[in-house]
Amino acid sequence: MNTSRVFAFKPMKSLLTTKCSRAAITSGLRRLACTPSSCPRVCIVGGGPAGFYTAQHILKAHPAIQVDIYERLPIPYGLVRFGVAPDHPEVKNVINTFTQTAQHERCSYHGNVSVGKDVSVEELRQAYHAVVLSYGAEVNRTLGVPGENLAGVYSAKDFVGWYNGVPCNKDLKPDLSGETAVILGQGNVALDVARILLSPHDILTNTDITQPSLEALANSRVRRVLIVGRRGPLQVACTIKEIREMVNLTGTRPDMLSADFKGIAEVLKDLPRPRKRLTELMMKAVQATPAGDGLTSRQWGFRFLRSPVEVLPSPDLTRTAGIRLGVNRLEGSGDGARAVPTGETEDIECEMVISSIGYQSLPIDPAVPFDPRKAIIPNAMGRVLQATGLYCSGWIKRGPTGVIGTTMNDSFDTARALIQDIETGVLDISTVKPGSQTVTPLLQKRGVNPVSFSDWEKIDVEEMKRGTVVGKPREKLLDVTEMLKTAHS
Amino acid sequence: MATPRSAYVLQKVCTWPYCNAMTVRSENKITINFINRDGEKLTVKGSPGDSLLDVVIDQNLDIDGFGACEGTLACSTCHLIFDEDVYKQLGPVTDEEMDMLDLAYGLSDTSRLGCQICLTKSLEGMTARVPEGVSDMRQSDLGTTSSSS
Ligand SMILES: Cc1cc2nc3c(=O)[nH]c(=O)nc-3n(C[C@H](O)[C@H](O)[C@H](O)COP(=O)(O)OP(=O)(O)OC[C@H]3O[C@@H](n4cnc5c(N)ncnc54)[C@H](O)[C@@H]3O)c2cc1C
Ligand SMILES: NC(=O)c1ccc[n+]([C@@H]2O[C@H](COP(=O)([O-])OP(=O)(O)OC[C@H]3O[C@@H](n4cnc5c(N)ncnc54)[C@H](OP(=O)(O)O)[C@@H]3O)[C@@H](O)[C@H]2O)c1
Ligand code: FES
Repeated sequence: MNTSRVFAFKPMKSLLTTKCSRAAITSGLRRLACTPSSCPRVCIVGGGPAGFYTAQHILKAHPAIQVDIYERLPIPYGLVRFGVAPDHPEVKNVINTFTQTAQHERCSYHGNVSVGKDVSVEELRQAYHAVVLSYGAEVNRTLGVPGENLAGVYSAKDFVGWYNGVPCNKDLKPDLSGETAVILGQGNVALDVARILLSPHDILTNTDITQPSLEALANSRVRRVLIVGRRGPLQVACTIKEIREMVNLTGTRPDMLSADFKGIAEVLKDLPRPRKRLTELMMKAVQATPAGDGLTSRQWGFRFLRSPVEVLPSPDLTRTAGIRLGVNRLEGSGDGARAVPTGETEDIECEMVISSIGYQSLPIDPAVPFDPRKAIIPNAMGRVLQATGLYCSGWIKRGPTGVIGTTMNDSFDTARALIQDIETGVLDISTVKPGSQTVTPLLQKRGVNPVSFSDWEKIDVEEMKRGTVVGKPREKLLDVTEMLKTAHS
Repeated sequence: MATPRSAYVLQKVCTWPYCNAMTVRSENKITINFINRDGEKLTVKGSPGDSLLDVVIDQNLDIDGFGACEGTLACSTCHLIFDEDVYKQLGPVTDEEMDMLDLAYGLSDTSRLGCQICLTKSLEGMTARVPEGVSDMRQSDLGTTSSSS
């Protein structure tokens, strides 16, 4: 942003010490009666934005509740660390507020605890008055087409995990020796991946991208990225900021097909402002597409009304050589339009296919209800159906869409529901619950050594130290064993 | 509690060209009113050159989730709605602000992002309304009723 102005840095005041809600004041009586051992105890499963925002609101709205956050990885913050693109550091400013929450006197962070494996949800329910499930969406939806398992096909989730330092993706080593990459799906994740693939090296060097992926990308031969959607230009799922970043990406040019936008100009005026501006920006990219198909500079483009049918193998059947796409037409209009196959197909040569058709949540524990069709925990305003004392927030509550702001609002909603249940007596807090006093010994007995927030801060310091050496804000540790060693040093 | 800081980017961006000149502090405070989601009116004072986000933070105003990205134009949680005549005085909107504004729930013709509005004397006595029902923002990133985002 060349027009940006930099302001003198002024620390944000704590967002947690603001005045209590009216609800909290009316429960003041309970506060007086509450000693640390008898206070209401809530635990949160998952230390991503949903977990932290739910904790933040519970702590603010109730003067006595103790909140414990259990996170599978030693490291907190979920997709803010492992999803948000390295060239979007400003998005990660939310970490400052999460840190305040974690350091709140009534909050404790317990990293390196995998709920469902190290401790069951039932055990947590025994130990706490309420359990909030905020464990996100951990897998990529599968394409379900032949060739999906060929070398050269990657899920966006793994690819993102690779450049962002998710421990289990560190050995992905994607093959970047081909010229063309096809990304399936047109959401913001698809655009993140396209941008990382095409960004000039110097844009990434001073970000927190992992060093191995930075080096691999520096040697990448990928010059053309096609972002393929099953519906039309008026249905793209990505947002305008991300398209603008593509349009403005140094050293690249758009590669769009003007035919895809036939008739769009006529409907523009009837679109709501956000959709209209987004579509106009894409049309600008169409105009900026040079004639001819010479591959002069790095280029990116959208392809519409195409669904994956098959990933095509190389002659020796060992790796990806192309993709067969089914041609669709639209039925209906606007956001709700459906893609209907015409029966025609079209092949595109490409050496790499990245499937970015969305994330998906998995059931965590047989004791927790799960809707297999929507892949969410069935809930009403965050109250898990038919399970008093169980709540959910974030992507596991509403599915794997929405920006951090969306997740924040739905987490506040869940927190409000929980507080309301305490106030109306739906949630019985009259019994004393031991909280981590019983969970921690249980974990130790099972050989699990939790990482506290101050343990994580040791990792944080170490990463920033390593970053300084290479001119980055941080160099992420990529190995859980090394994280634990640093945390417990 | 002191705010902990990590190595993440901390810069605020203001895309309003006149803003920089306004950062000179003066004793002449400006009175502004916020109407919170529950209808409560919060009347506070801010200095010329402060952004509305600065005012919310400095005055410790209890507006849920306001300013998640700390003024770096990466959220839209600082969305505010103004009266028509005030809106006209707020200065031009950049494409970048408009891009984030487009994702805000309850977008209106007189919406702006609070972190991009700098106080000037002419805004004395103005009112900014926090849009209601932000939770419905979850319906869509685009503020429409898409099934896919
Ligand atoms: C690639 C990508 C980039 C994104 N970029 C942006 C962006 O730039 N801006 C923006 O606003 N939004 C962005 N988003 C969206 C944003 O990340 C989500 O809205 C948000 O992270 C959802 O929060 P969550 O807490 O529900 O899930 P998550 O962030 O996934 O957090 C879930 C947490 O639960 C933990 N967990 C999982 N299983 C267990 C278990 N069994 N026991 C204990 N803990 C467990 C996980 O390790 C994780 O830390 C992006 C999303 C993706 C996928
Ligand atoms: N910078 C940011 O703010 C940022 C960055 C990354 C992610 N995020 C957010 O994180 C969320 C998740 O992003 P996402 O990109 O994973 O999801 P998404 O926005 O839901 O996009 C998924 C894409 O995959 C397509 N798709 C789904 N199923 C398909 C199938 N079977 N065959 C072909 N195409 C299919 C969808 O098309 P249809 O529309 O036809 O369903 C859509 O284009 C989004 O809300 C996003 O905004 C934000
Ligand atoms: S505070 Fe994030 S855009 Fe204003």
